[in-house]
Amino acid sequence: MKLILLYSLRNLIRRKLTTLLTASGMALVILVFSAVLMLSEGLRKTLIKTGSPDNVVVIRKSAGSEVQSGIDKEQANIIEISPEISLNDRGKRLVAKELVVLIGLTKKGTDKLSNVVIRGVMEMSLPLRSQVRLKEGKMIRWGTNEIIVGSKIAENFDGVKIGSFLSFGQRQWQVVGIFDGGTTGFNSEIWADVEQLKQSFRRPTYSSIIFKLSDLKDFENLKMRLENDPRLTVEVKKEMQYYEDQSAMMTRFIKVLGVSMTIVFSIGAILGAMITMYSAVAQRKREIGTLRALGFQKVTILAAFLMESLLLSFAGCIGGLFLSSFLQFYTISTMNWQTFSELAFSFTLTPKIILQSLIFSLIMGVIGGLIPALKASSQKIVDALRTD
Amino acid sequence: MVLLKYLFRNIFRHKLRSILTILSVSVAVLSFCLLNTIISAWYAGVSASSAYRLIVRNAISLVFSLPISYKEKIKQISGITYVAQGNWFGGIYIEEKNFFANFAVDSETFLKLYPEFIVSENEKKAFLMDRKGCLVGRKLVERFNWKIGNNVVLRGTIFPGNWEFVIRGIYRGRDKSVDESQFLFHWDYLNETLKKTSPTRADQAGYFIVGIKNPEDAAVISREIDSLFKNSLAETLTETEKAFQLSFVAMTEAIVIVIKLVSFVVIGIIFVVVANTMNMSVRERKNEYALFKMFSYGNTIIFGIILGESMLIVLTGAILGIILTFPAVKVVGDILSVYFPIFNLHREVIYESLFISFIVGILSGLIPAARSIKINLAEGLKWDL
Amino acid sequence: MAKLEKIIEIESLYKSFRKGNQIIPVLQNISFDIMDGEFLALMGPSGSGKSTLLNLIAGIDKPDSGSIFVQGIDITNLDERTLSRWRSEHVGFIFQFYNLIPVLTAFENIELPLLMMNLSAKDRKEHVDFALSIVGLYDRKDHYPKQLSGGQQQRVAIARAIVTDPSIIVADEPTGDLDKKSAEDVLNLMSELNQKFGKTIIMVTHDLRAAKYAKSMKYLDKGVLINGSAEIFI
Repeated sequence: MKLILLYSLRNLIRRKLTTLLTASGMALVILVFSAVLMLSEGLRKTLIKTGSPDNVVVIRKSAGSEVQSGIDKEQANIIEISPEISLNDRGKRLVAKELVVLIGLTKKGTDKLSNVVIRGVMEMSLPLRSQVRLKEGKMIRWGTNEIIVGSKIAENFDGVKIGSFLSFGQRQWQVVGIFDGGTTGFNSEIWADVEQLKQSFRRPTYSSIIFKLSDLKDFENLKMRLENDPRLTVEVKKEMQYYEDQSAMMTRFIKVLGVSMTIVFSIGAILGAMITMYSAVAQRKREIGTLRALGFQKVTILAAFLMESLLLSFAGCIGGLFLSSFLQFYTISTMNWQTFSELAFSFTLTPKIILQSLIFSLIMGVIGGLIPALKASSQKIVDALRTD
Repeated sequence: MVLLKYLFRNIFRHKLRSILTILSVSVAVLSFCLLNTIISAWYAGVSASSAYRLIVRNAISLVFSLPISYKEKIKQISGITYVAQGNWFGGIYIEEKNFFANFAVDSETFLKLYPEFIVSENEKKAFLMDRKGCLVGRKLVERFNWKIGNNVVLRGTIFPGNWEFVIRGIYRGRDKSVDESQFLFHWDYLNETLKKTSPTRADQAGYFIVGIKNPEDAAVISREIDSLFKNSLAETLTETEKAFQLSFVAMTEAIVIVIKLVSFVVIGIIFVVVANTMNMSVRERKNEYALFKMFSYGNTIIFGIILGESMLIVLTGAILGIILTFPAVKVVGDILSVYFPIFNLHREVIYESLFISFIVGILSGLIPAARSIKINLAEGLKWDL
Repeated sequence: MAKLEKIIEIESLYKSFRKGNQIIPVLQNISFDIMDGEFLALMGPSGSGKSTLLNLIAGIDKPDSGSIFVQGIDITNLDERTLSRWRSEHVGFIFQFYNLIPVLTAFENIELPLLMMNLSAKDRKEHVDFALSIVGLYDRKDHYPKQLSGGQQQRVAIARAIVTDPSIIVADEPTGDLDKKSAEDVLNLMSELNQKFGKTIIMVTHDLRAAKYAKSMKYLDKGVLINGSAEIFI
């Protein structure tokens, strides 16, 4: 077995340029394939991490997202006193009524406006998001025009730093802190005091009510009760589900486009592998005849050539993953169609993606190598030996 | 002449290899064209916009509305033809995956501002007469098998509730750049309903479409409109329809860049496949080229034979790929119609792919051709393998 | 030395090839026996069918009719798989162009036939080393074929042919591509294998000098076996 592997490997090394070119073709396909998976994984991670498992979001029925939602004070008051809400160590309810508005900010280095989420928050908003912590500066003083901004906002937008002022809603807001939300979507948000925000934008309503459940098992009951309450017109979602739904369209777009493109691309690379393997078989006809004469079974010849094609695709896979691993340093920031707001996420390489790329490349190798390998193994020994 | 014959014959010498290479090139050219069609679909809204229209929106962001009272004030400005208000309605038909664009518009003026929306006189009349009437694009009608007179219910996301409409008209586009998958209904119907259900949200327009007599006045009129509402609660941002559409595309530019990059990866794939084929062919014919040299043919001729062969393979593949692109654009356009209502193959894309194939043909013949020059006469003529 | 025991019995062998819609007979009604310990030279002009006969005896080709019994087994009745196995155990091959695998070293080339037996790596090494010592190329074992002369390559091929200790060795023009000196080395080596190790050798050649190393000769012309000494026909 070892010798067969060596045989295949050395043959690849012997045809350096051809091997290099064929493997490069496969590497490019794997690059695109893994990049697509990394992108949707990055998006998924960002959005799922944005939600906490035991948090619940209440928005207006059918609104789909916080941006489109509106919940008035009376309804908010009813929701706020739900007994299922967990208490913090000082006995206070872990619930926040929030307002989300979008404003246009100019991205660094361009003159283009991006829609940025301004979230009106309350005291409990921060404890409700364990992923978010203040990185620089201080927290907002309630009742003032102070704001804190996500780290990606500070990075990507002009003139956003501690001490600087942003103007929106006919007011000047001072940046007092920068928070780090890890890989969550909060990194692309600006937070202000919800009551100040409501006044400045003359918004009578909140966008959403966020709270933590003391027991996850209560969720179904709570959902039933709130959604059927005649005084309310709301929808209750687990926070993780909520954020996943937000990106459904974007994720599907990336998947549909990415997967169909990689499949088409892979046809090109598979044909390339086939060309190489066919020529390998043609060149080594006499070798094959000799091996068969020595008593090697057809299966062994098949295996040797298939192995060669698999090694080729394996090399392509390594090359492709090597290239795509650099993408991890790159962040995509784009508008989420469903919320109209800016969303930043990075390419994320996971062991699962590495495995998927490996499987995909080996499939390419099998498809590209199988027919030539079958041809190699089914030759008549006498004919093969007679070739010069 | 003999050399040309030799060039052609060479391609048929390894039929299978040539066919596989040509196929691989055509697959790559096909995907290059498709990807670039997607990119141009991205900009479809931009290319469909008219220089005779301005869009007025809330300066904070699109989700903020403007008081309807602005309409009368804008109308006072000279150089303006019509002003129509509109609201992005964001309604969902049965379920979310049935997404299509739906707007509440000031119907009569809207149709005057958008002469590219072609509706028959009868249907137009019927639409304008019915308070709950709606005007639907041809493609949308086909997608859901609707007919005139059908009732359609949209579930509001921005404006809660179930909204009933009756299809009164079907519009067609004047040309291919017009989005034929929109759903339009009367702004008054929306506003009157809101007055009853949530009065605070009534009398608000999402945006105004302003028709201008002379495109050259766009900048002046835009400034005039914006200065009219300066320092008010809802400041405006006025720009040409094109700029407005571009700002939308710009927000998702990162994705466009990614697609563009991916389309270059395809070119890389063609390159390596063809270069490989040429490399193998040249290696096999080493002694033939040595023979040519023996007959005192210059390097240029051998160079030409190799480059000619790779060009021929690439261009055959490219033409095949382009032919395949036409039906493919149709199929993919149908699949992606939710994302891209307008999905047309542009002539520029075809030219671009031909041009790139030409370059790739030369480049991929270059390495093996360079190798052929190094062929040593004595070594090349040794007929071993 | 010869034990005068039949090792191969060939009975009314027929073989023809198709060329387009023409059928060309290659072997017609060939019958003869080969004794154990024989060194037989098969001679004849090109196209006489000598190589085809060798291929049939070696079990890499099938006749149209007739049978070949080797040690009592009719190899023409064996299926692909069994025949492959049989070859690896009973036949050693020596080719005109050596047919060494260019990407494998001398040692690895010789090791190839052993891979089909259930042997440990240590046992295999012992066998290979022994075969190398017989052909006198122990110091070249890590060289690739390219790095060896023609004669050396053919000696590696001989080592490969004997490494599994087969009872029969078939050689198709083993000296056809060698200079005089190397050819003598190779032929001496083959005689030694025949005399010292008692291998039955069947060699196809059209070189009379090579044929002289053999103990007996058979002459083929136009697919028919001609009895008597070859010399009278040349």
